[in-house]
Parts: sequence; C-alpha cells; structure tokens
Amino acid sequence: MIKFLKAFGQFWYDFIIGDDWKIAVSVILALAATLGLYKAGVPEPAVTVIGGVLVLIAFVIALVIDIRPRSKKG
Amino acid sequence: MNAVTWSLVLAVFVACIVEMVEATTIVMAMGFTRGWKSAIAGTVVALVALSIFTALAGYALANWLPEAALQLVIGTLLLIFGLQWLRKAIYRSSGRKALHDEEKIYQEEVAAAKAAGESKSGIDMFGFMVSFKGVFLEGLEVVFIVLTFGLSADNIPAAAYGAAAAVVLVLILGIIARKPLSMIPENTLKFGVGLLLTSFGIFWSIEGLGIFRDGSHSLEFPGADLAILYFLALVIVLCWALIKILRKPSASAPPTAPTDPAQAEEVVR
Repeated sequence: MIKFLKAFGQFWYDFIIGDDWKIAVSVILALAATLGLYKAGVPEPAVTVIGGVLVLIAFVIALVIDIRPRSKKG
Repeated sequence: MNAVTWSLVLAVFVACIVEMVEATTIVMAMGFTRGWKSAIAGTVVALVALSIFTALAGYALANWLPEAALQLVIGTLLLIFGLQWLRKAIYRSSGRKALHDEEKIYQEEVAAAKAAGESKSGIDMFGFMVSFKGVFLEGLEVVFIVLTFGLSADNIPAAAYGAAAAVVLVLILGIIARKPLSMIPENTLKFGVGLLLTSFGIFWSIEGLGIFRDGSHSLEFPGADLAILYFLALVIVLCWALIKILRKPSASAPPTAPTDPAQAEEVVR
C-alpha cells in the first residue's frame, strides 16, 4: 500500500512539477506576492498587471538559478 | 465560430499534436519490437482510462469549484506547464539542450524493448505497459489542456474537437509513414504552445486570486480579455531576449546541433 501511495505521489509530482521544481515554486511565489499586494491595498488594475510581470520576473530568476555556474566540490 | 473559439481550437490542436507525436513514437517502438497486439491493447486501455478520468475531472471541476477558484487552479497548472515548455524551448533554441529528437527516442525505446527479453504469455506485458504509460501520460496533459481551455472559454466541445482532429491527423500520418514522426517540427510547435499556455495561465491564475476577496469575484485586468494578447506579446519579447542572452558562443556548431535540415530550421535565429 505504501509502495502504491509513493508511486501515486511520484506520478503527480512528475506530472505537475516536472523536471524543474523551481518553475512551480516561482509561480506560487509570484502569485502569493500578487495576492499580498492586493491585500495591502494596491488598486486592482495595477495588481493584475504587476502580478503578470512578477510571474515573468520569477521565471527569469528560476532560469538564472538553473544555469548559474556551479562551484566544483572537492 | 468566433475568433476566440478558433484560437481555442487551434491552441488545443497544436498542443495535442505535440503530445500525440510523442505517444505515437512509443507505441510504434513497442509495436514493431514487442508485437502490435500488446501495443494496441495498451493504447486502448489507456484511452479508456483517460476518458473516464476526463469525465470525472471535468464534472468535478465544472460543478464543485466556484469560478474564481477554477480559474486559480487551472490557471496555475497552465502557467506551470507553459513555463516548463518555454524553459526547454529557450534552452534548445540557445544551444544549451539537445533538440527533441523522435528518432533518437524511438531507438532508445526499441533498445529497451529488445533488452526486456521474451514474453511467455499471450499479451506481452512489457509492450502493453510501456504503451499504456506512454499514451496515458501524454494524453493526461492533453486532457488538462482541453479541460482548462474548454472550461475557461465555456466551450469544452470546441476544445475536444481540436484535440480529436489532432489525434486523427497524427494517427493518419503515423500509419502512412510507419516510422517516428520526426518530420513534424515538434520543438517549434512546443514553443508556440508554451507561449499560449503561459499567456492564458497568467490571465486566469491572477483573475482567480479574486477567490480570496469578499464575495470571491474574479479580479479584472485592464482591457479584460485583451490582457491575454498584451501578455502574449510580452512573453514573446522576453523569450526572444532570453534566447539572445543565453545563446552559447558555440551554439552555431554545438555537439548537440542538428545535422538534419528539417531540425535545423527549428533553431531560433
């Protein structure tokens, strides 16, 4: 049963998160920041546009983290 | 049909072609090496499972979730899928990742099938399971796209027709070619679908944030649906800039550079 649940969870993780978890995290963070702006009282039309731009900025940051040169260990 | 419906059908059609090409490659590899009986059986069972899943998920999404929550859930999923596709497309176009190569995937599947050994039973379980998994996984992505585009545009039949047309087209091409469909510019198509999924995903996910306000009404973009277009333009410009910036100096002749002219045209210049 545990094996089945693990496989089930792995399947949905692979399907939704894919091979780069940073993309999913960047989307969630950008949407959370957009909601924060709205709750802070920023006017609705501005929030929607800023939110879209935030999503794209978060995507670029995820790519930059992905391709940055990694320091060699050992 | 109006322009919105046509663009919906076109988006689903192109997305479905990409996924179908990948599924067809796997099924063909199994059919030619493990036998068509098990490959077709795996495909049919996967299609039945997909149909049941689509009916259940579609009913649940359409009837149980308020509109803003639906927009938030499906918009976020589309956004994650779209940005994943764009990430790969940008890496491929800038020479940082090998182009998606159906011929190579086909050869890998054939090698795995040959290494799996002979089957003793009537239905070859290896061919059945690999075909089932390939069709189900690729099909599930199409199901999500059909459901999300269809529900948001309030036109699931149009989305389903777009997907069905793509299935029929790829099946006909597969039967005629009897080999992996590497002639389809899959990387270019994926880039286009990634752009659409991202633009629609931004629009719906942010509108769906309205679920957290009093009354749970969707947020409104300036210009309403027109926002999809100006975000599409913004995403295109961003991708173009990222490809230019990330292009490796050796991208003109990298080890993974395509030698086939049909693939070479897919590298964005």
